[in-house]
Amino acid sequence: MFINRINKGNCGYFFIAPFFIVFLLFGLYPILYSFYLSLTNWDGLNDPEFIGLANYTRAIIDPLFLQSLFNTFFIWIVSVVPQLTVSLVLAVILTNTFLIGKDFFRAVYFFPNIVTAASLGLLVSLMFDWQTGSVNQLLMSIGFLDQAIDWKNNALFMQMLVSAILFFQYFGYSMLIYIAGLQGISPEYAEAAKVDGASKIQIFFKITVPLLKPIIIFQVITSLIGGVQIFDQPYMLTEGSGSPNHATLTSVMYLYRTAFEQGRFGYGATIAFCLFVVIVSLSVISYLVSRNRSKIA
Amino acid sequence: MSKGALPVNDGKLSMEGRRKKRAHLSLYTGLIGLAILCLFPFYLMIMYSTHANADIASTFLFFPGGELVNNFTRMVENVDIFRGFMNSFIIAGGSTLLTLYFGGMTAYGFSKFKFRFNTILFLLMLATMMIPAQLALIGSYRWLGMIGLLDSHAAIILPAAANTFAVFFIKQFLDGSIPDDVLESARIDGAGELKIFHRIILPMIVPALAAIGIFTFIGAWNNFIGPLVLLFSEEKYPLPVMVALIQGYYNTDYGLMYLGVAMSVLPIIIVFSLFSKRIMGSVAIGAVKG
Repeated sequence: MFINRINKGNCGYFFIAPFFIVFLLFGLYPILYSFYLSLTNWDGLNDPEFIGLANYTRAIIDPLFLQSLFNTFFIWIVSVVPQLTVSLVLAVILTNTFLIGKDFFRAVYFFPNIVTAASLGLLVSLMFDWQTGSVNQLLMSIGFLDQAIDWKNNALFMQMLVSAILFFQYFGYSMLIYIAGLQGISPEYAEAAKVDGASKIQIFFKITVPLLKPIIIFQVITSLIGGVQIFDQPYMLTEGSGSPNHATLTSVMYLYRTAFEQGRFGYGATIAFCLFVVIVSLSVISYLVSRNRSKIA
Repeated sequence: MSKGALPVNDGKLSMEGRRKKRAHLSLYTGLIGLAILCLFPFYLMIMYSTHANADIASTFLFFPGGELVNNFTRMVENVDIFRGFMNSFIIAGGSTLLTLYFGGMTAYGFSKFKFRFNTILFLLMLATMMIPAQLALIGSYRWLGMIGLLDSHAAIILPAAANTFAVFFIKQFLDGSIPDDVLESARIDGAGELKIFHRIILPMIVPALAAIGIFTFIGAWNNFIGPLVLLFSEEKYPLPVMVALIQGYYNTDYGLMYLGVAMSVLPIIIVFSLFSKRIMGSVAIGAVKG
């Protein structure tokens, strides 16, 4: 019986083996291989030429790469702060309050999350076109504008627009995660506080938010990982140009352009690894910061 | 005191009741406003795809026009949109099948067998969720080229057999709702391990597979950068890449472009309206346990 047990246990290897074989072939190996390529000059046709850390020393002083990093984080911060705040408020409203159509609102708010990001990028691009876009025409037809605004030439506006698209796509998603978190909190806490005379706002800040902290940290870190990878929306919004003045050029767009448009694959791989280092450091920092805070409290 | 509390014959209470009513009214106004904001772009997208270029260029359009057929004919002449649909179905369907079958298998292995390194391997697998996909992109490009998979749907579908999130999700389900007794009794009856998996486990985890399946399908349908980089032949492009192609070639034909966007999003709208509860449920389960 005992031997039988052990044998059955080893059957587990058989069941998990295909996953790990595929992961090694199409996940891990390409990553390690990318790292090797990041140490080479490779034009995509001839054999890669080993050049050591030269790509890395170039990357850390490459103004366009640094700007793409700045753009990415600026766009991420501008979208994630309202995203996590608005979605938390909505989650509380759609969980606690007696409301008709809760399910309807949840579904509608979540819907933009599953729409093809590339298509949404093109749709917004069409809507904000200078001469033919519906936004200018709507604003002009209600008398809000006298003449069309060339939205796409305004760097700050375009960055905000990408942030807005991200907000539009993700606030419903974070809302659902908050709702799931809220459902895990026993209502007794809030009721006890209510008996003690706490207001709704006090309950929100003193009870709900602290209890949701693990979920909030989870949201910040996952949205960071996702945010660093922004590509589809700005790519389609600007026809791959990152215009104007590289204001909407995100790091992954820069990676794509460097490798697949200019044929500098080695340097593209370097950009990918630099980006990875940034993600890991920021995830660790945000985790540590949140842990220290809770110690103080 | 919820909304049901009606004002009684007491000045104070009725004031409070009125204030509550006003608060509710503004709450609903806000919620409905936000809902309109979420749907309006898609409404415009559908309306604009029924208009001719000249109308789109000159005024704001709120109502449907009569140019849908013309836009559609022009699109079909220029782009093989049906091919795009088929490619998207092949990629999304193939990825989903691989994810479900091997995801179920891996999750079952981790959940019901006590082998050495079980926990370590599982944690290692979870850690890979932190790695951004772009990290492997350039390595994959050369590696897939070397093994002759570049410019093939297989290059995009095969990696789906190692979908970490699906394994995690299905394992949660297996841990929670499939008792070990079921396996023991099947073994006593003399069933082989693979047979147990196919005949007993797979049918039992259908609810988990359905949830993660819809999600995987949508994710694969929406994948853009992978096909953009790994496919070169236009006849292999899925819809999102085809939409990018339309933008590049016909970027003055607005009716055509709106229609292209609409057609690439339409299947997602249909899937969502059919399964919205399930999709939203799977988001919540996956996130909170993480």
